Amino acid sequence: MKWIKIEKEDFPRGLKALAETYQCLGPVKGEKYHDFKVLDENRPPDFDFLNTPLSPKFLVEPQSEILFEYTLDEKKEDAHILKEAQKDLPPRLVVGIRPCDAAAFLLVKRNFDTEKYKDPYWVRAYEALTLFGLACQTPCAACFCTTAGGGPFDEAGLDALMVDAGDHFLVKILTEKGEAACNTAGWENVVEEKAALDAAALLKETAESKIASTVETDNLKQQSTTALYDAPFWEEVSFSCINCGTCTYVCPTCWCFDIQDECYGCSGVRMRNWDSCMYPLFTLHGSGHNPRGTKLHRVRQRFMHKLKYYVDKYDDGIQCVGCGRCVVSCPVNIDIRRVCNLMNALPDPSTVCPV
Amino acid sequence: MFNPYLPYPVRIEEIVTETEDKNLKTFKFAFLKEEDEDKFAYTPGQFAELSVAGKGEIPIGIASSPTEKGFVLFTVNKVGVVTTHLHAMQPGDIMGIRGPLGNWYPWEEMEGKNVVIIGGGFAFTTLRSSIVYMLHPDNRPKFKDIHVIYGARTPGMLLYREELASWEQRDDIHMHITVDATTDPGWKYNVGFVPAITEKKAPPGDEETYAIVCGPPIMIKFTQPVLDNLGYAHDHIIMSLENRMKCGIGMCGRCNVGKEFVCKDGPVFTLAQLNTMPKEY
Repeated sequence: MKWIKIEKEDFPRGLKALAETYQCLGPVKGEKYHDFKVLDENRPPDFDFLNTPLSPKFLVEPQSEILFEYTLDEKKEDAHILKEAQKDLPPRLVVGIRPCDAAAFLLVKRNFDTEKYKDPYWVRAYEALTLFGLACQTPCAACFCTTAGGGPFDEAGLDALMVDAGDHFLVKILTEKGEAACNTAGWENVVEEKAALDAAALLKETAESKIASTVETDNLKQQSTTALYDAPFWEEVSFSCINCGTCTYVCPTCWCFDIQDECYGCSGVRMRNWDSCMYPLFTLHGSGHNPRGTKLHRVRQRFMHKLKYYVDKYDDGIQCVGCGRCVVSCPVNIDIRRVCNLMNALPDPSTVCPV
Repeated sequence: MFNPYLPYPVRIEEIVTETEDKNLKTFKFAFLKEEDEDKFAYTPGQFAELSVAGKGEIPIGIASSPTEKGFVLFTVNKVGVVTTHLHAMQPGDIMGIRGPLGNWYPWEEMEGKNVVIIGGGFAFTTLRSSIVYMLHPDNRPKFKDIHVIYGARTPGMLLYREELASWEQRDDIHMHITVDATTDPGWKYNVGFVPAITEKKAPPGDEETYAIVCGPPIMIKFTQPVLDNLGYAHDHIIMSLENRMKCGIGMCGRCNVGKEFVCKDGPVFTLAQLNTMPKEY
């Protein structure tokens, strides 16, 4: 595997060269917090951040996205016929994405890129990305990535991994896309692999040791779906929930969406918008019947989806990367780590005496 | 890349008001492009999204049979924004159909077997598709006895009344039409709820007999113990679920029952499958 070294003072020059080919994005400090934005000379990336409160999932699934356009003008020959909205989709380079958020795209990909159907909007946007991850050397207090299938130096889903080594970044090039971007940027200062590995390994060990919180997931697969669904703790877990949906909006692995038509005069669009399983309208039938009519149903759905249904459907870990955003953002302190451990530890109902 | 969200453009050819309350209409659509009809190759039990530009989409069971060529049929209950708009549309109007979506009744598994169709109210649409399909001369030899138990509140609430009457005349299908109640002295069929008629008329369950059950929750609730008593194994009881849907292709996240999406992994499930799933439908 190839390692290169980028002097921090050379970084802006590289980005400038990259901007010829890519739309470059990175963490930018706003009034209150960092967020991923398009970079230019006046808006450089700022890598002095823990993680962005909003996940960069919007790069692939925007909060609102036009799918189709149409006209309702009867005088036009194609009235009422939907046309795919034409989008300019340049190659995009994202610098400074955290490993958890890059890994999240891989979990979400299973939903949008299936054998039977491919969501063309999601797949195209994802394929246009080149991801330069920034290893987490100061993980957040609520992070639990190391037990959620990842880690602060995890390479899954990345094209290159950048490690902050003081006055320079050590960069491990992981894919051809990553290699191509480095060539475009002129980042070609190859360093000896052994030395780079040793330096990175030390930083990685330090970072991993700072992650203090964990989840236990080893039992989830073998737990019975109906036993978990009927578990006694959902009443207590959901009691304080106000169904605000913040957890689902900040989550990098929540993908649910709504489809709506909007018209202005005779011209209309069909668009999709982020939706949330926390909202009663999400599942409300036309008849008035609602299969998830109470907040207990909805809170349970969110955790069951991430920690049981997904595990069973894809047989490869939980639908959570341990970024801790929902833990930090929840206004009533509902904590996925606690719920995951409750689910994992639910005793087999056949061994429990009914009271 | 194929776009599974893009509807095929269709023209409304004909609209038939089915029921006395005028709340159910059957729409006959023709594809604007001939090749789209081939792309829309479907199997009885599947559904599609009816798409009205400016209003939205609704998931509706396909009421026509693939043995009927040149058109597709959908029977729509007037409930919300899209269906209300649809009920006000006219023959000649242009809209869209997206699909076919979901799985279908297990036709291969049911080959050489008896099929008992049990339906109630306006959930008879994909059951009509199934009956027309099985009665087609190419397909009828593939099945043994066919029973149909179909009930509505009143005679005027039955769908496809002319076809029901013509099936009554045939000797290769056993029809058991019923209504909850009627004041019509000329009514010559059954009176009674679907579970009671099922108890009286359905053949006993065995390895060679499948029941397809589609209807309102209350009908399903009381029919299931009847089928249990008749000896139907739960993997021989076939049901079709409905949940709120948007994408219809297992992506938007709202119609799941446990890990299964009703739109993609369903809508058809056996009772044996449903027994292992949360009751979120």
